[in-house]
Amino acid sequence: MEWLTLTIDGREVSVPKGTTVLDACRMNNIPIPTLCHAPELTSAGACRLCVVQIEGMRNLPPSCVTQATQGMKVETQNPKVRNARKVILELLVANHPLDCMTCQKMGDCSLAEYAYDYGVTGEVYQGEKRNLPIDSGNPFILRDQNKCILCGKCIKACSEIQGKSILDFSHRGFDTQVGPAFNLPYNESDCDFCGSCVSVCPVGALVEKQMVGKGRPWEVSKVQTTCPFCGVGCNFDLNVKDGKVIGVTSNPDAPVNGKALCVKGRFGMDMIYSDNRVTTPLIRKDGVLVPAEWDEALDLIATKLGEIKKTYGPNSIAALSSAHCTNEENYLMQKFMRAVIGTNNIDHCART
Amino acid sequence: MTNSINEIPNTKVMFVIGSNATEAHPVIGTKMKQALAKGAKLIVADPRRIDLADHSDVWLRLRPGTDIALINGIMNIILANGWEDREFIEERTEGFEKVREAVQKYTPEVVSKVTGVPEENLVEAAKIYATAERAQIFYTLGITEHTCGTDNVMSLANLAMLTGNIGKESSGVNPMRGQNNVQGACDMGALPDVYPGYQKVANPEVQAKFEAAWGVPLDPNPGFMIPDMFEAAVSKDLRALYVLGEDPVITDADANHVRKGLQALDFLVVQEIFLSETAKLADVVLPGASYAEKTGTFSNTERRVQMVNQAIKPIGNSKTDGEIICELATRMGYPFEYQSSEEVMQEIAKLTPQFAGITHERLGTQGLQWPVPHAEHPGTKFLHEGKFTRGKGQFVAIENQLPAELPDEEYPFLLSTGRKLSHYNVFTQHSPSLEIHSPEELAEINPSDAKQLGLEDGEQVKVASRRGELNTKIMITERVPVGMVFMTLHYFDSPTNVLTNGAYDKVTKTYEYKVCGVKISKV
Repeated sequence: MEWLTLTIDGREVSVPKGTTVLDACRMNNIPIPTLCHAPELTSAGACRLCVVQIEGMRNLPPSCVTQATQGMKVETQNPKVRNARKVILELLVANHPLDCMTCQKMGDCSLAEYAYDYGVTGEVYQGEKRNLPIDSGNPFILRDQNKCILCGKCIKACSEIQGKSILDFSHRGFDTQVGPAFNLPYNESDCDFCGSCVSVCPVGALVEKQMVGKGRPWEVSKVQTTCPFCGVGCNFDLNVKDGKVIGVTSNPDAPVNGKALCVKGRFGMDMIYSDNRVTTPLIRKDGVLVPAEWDEALDLIATKLGEIKKTYGPNSIAALSSAHCTNEENYLMQKFMRAVIGTNNIDHCART
Repeated sequence: MTNSINEIPNTKVMFVIGSNATEAHPVIGTKMKQALAKGAKLIVADPRRIDLADHSDVWLRLRPGTDIALINGIMNIILANGWEDREFIEERTEGFEKVREAVQKYTPEVVSKVTGVPEENLVEAAKIYATAERAQIFYTLGITEHTCGTDNVMSLANLAMLTGNIGKESSGVNPMRGQNNVQGACDMGALPDVYPGYQKVANPEVQAKFEAAWGVPLDPNPGFMIPDMFEAAVSKDLRALYVLGEDPVITDADANHVRKGLQALDFLVVQEIFLSETAKLADVVLPGASYAEKTGTFSNTERRVQMVNQAIKPIGNSKTDGEIICELATRMGYPFEYQSSEEVMQEIAKLTPQFAGITHERLGTQGLQWPVPHAEHPGTKFLHEGKFTRGKGQFVAIENQLPAELPDEEYPFLLSTGRKLSHYNVFTQHSPSLEIHSPEELAEINPSDAKQLGLEDGEQVKVASRRGELNTKIMITERVPVGMVFMTLHYFDSPTNVLTNGAYDKVTKTYEYKVCGVKISKV
């Protein structure tokens, strides 16, 4: 691999050939603000927030689409660069609703983070605001186009990760919008609700509906786990607040799937709190299942299985183990049948 | 899978047969679409016009149950054109001559008649697959859920070996496993003939090893497979059944027969997180815990063992399934004294060669793909490199076979079953959001059949087979060919498996969920 040396903010760094200036900075922990960039998507160079000054270049080039070259001298934080970024942010905030207090994205909003960093208040440019309807006609995704900054990441996620291309820009200038064809609401489009768009949205334009009002990012702990649905084995983060799962978010380091998930993995976690959960042992008495204590239920099973084993032999007892349970639990189940009951009568829906 | 999921985006040719990946394995489906965006070619064999068929280079719309004829036909074309990989056949396989003889009569003309696939499509598919530098086969239950499921799989193995498409990166035979941990449940020996790691119960050395480890004498005779259990319950050879996290009343074929079997038992224990249809028949129901409430591991379809990490405490008075089994074993006089699931994994690693190098700590956030034979081993990305498990790859000549029950005058429609994107088996109906999104069965029926029966889109109909009947709404669509009806297994209100045929594959005893005869009438 060919390596290049360049200077960033007076520091000499080496990166592999083919690295962008943005990646060269991030590899060396030099912060660069971005709104339209995501490592798993192609670069658009749309938001211009990642501009830097490069010696010998006339304008301030966007670092996400500028290749690093040997001997390049880059400045990322000088007044000219910071001022250019500040103007971009001022313009973005000019028509952005400043209802951050009640916005679901507060604490995880890139626009708010950079506005804070660059001292943007929204007072410089006072302009027209959008007043577009909120798309809430589906159970999964809340879409508020008034908050959209037109970064285009959702469009790229839908086409490049999901291969669906449901989303695109429509209209021009101030009226530009992002959405499904004919600006239909999500539930009337061909959207599969994989939620990849939500996982890349840098602002509050696309949020998980189930999580609205349930917790702020700083109150939530994230637990990486493996999806309980199909055999692909996607990983994601369960978002937990006060001992309760409030939702699922993508974990970019998930080995199989990265940020991609399907509608079930991302949104089906509400089954955990289904009213149909059995939450206490039940024993059939006079033909009806009635609540019981654990001791009573387990003793009854131990006694009955013991009696049946004694009367009819171990092979008169069988078990179905579970393709939904963990490896450890399946191991215990087959050991229970083989070593405790004394039979190989154990199977599961292995072939369906 | 012999290959890994993240080999898919860089693959050159995909042959997807009997697999609706974009719905049943959605993230694998998206990776296939990523490969297509990079110029990969796609062959789809499916009676239904699934999403992938619309993205394919060749769509082979075969009649259900004619997979062997199709594959033999493709092999016939490959051999006629000299596209086979002679070096691979010579060095790595045996039994080729018998297959060459067997496929001789499966000429494009004959196969086209049997399968309904135009000859030129057969030739095009054979050419794309056989002349690719590297090609992968993907299959799922459309291949296995037939009375000839094992033969279907062996046919695909023949095809892969014929062209040397196995044992390399982006080149192999990839069955995609259905449930989150069906791979793991098999790996852990939740099967009647093997201990963990597919070690045969009938092998005396293996038996001695587990007797020493567990300190009790063990039975060398394989036990009942699922269909045997219900038969044995009816004949009173089986008296008690302990069901962990399954709902066979809804998910097993010929559900009414399953229900009869369960009702004949002296004692039924069901350990579940929901009050399932099977749990409603139980003598005792034990409340288990969901994935969010426990720590352990799942093994995915590419053999990646990954952590499941506990996020919350078990709901209400429920307990983790592992804890329940341990308490029961202890009460029955064999103490299971594990302090954690990590400790169980340590025992698994000791007894299971493929898991020998696995610990929870090593799995971390990225998991490991078995075989992991020792503590420093990085895991195995793809299988059969240079050598098959049995040494040489065995070609087996396979003849086409008919499904156990085909449509006839009385039951003129062919019912095929499967999954859809918005649900997963039977328990996502307990997710309020998914339930709102996709609340009911929509049986797919072709417009010309609907017209003949005078049915409107969305109308309620009665569907009946020799074994049972149900009511369902219909969706009129050209996704299904004339004469075919497609239903999912997801809905309690339209429990499709009261209709399906309990006939099964002779080796694996997998039910023929994909083909049976039904009739449709107005309600």
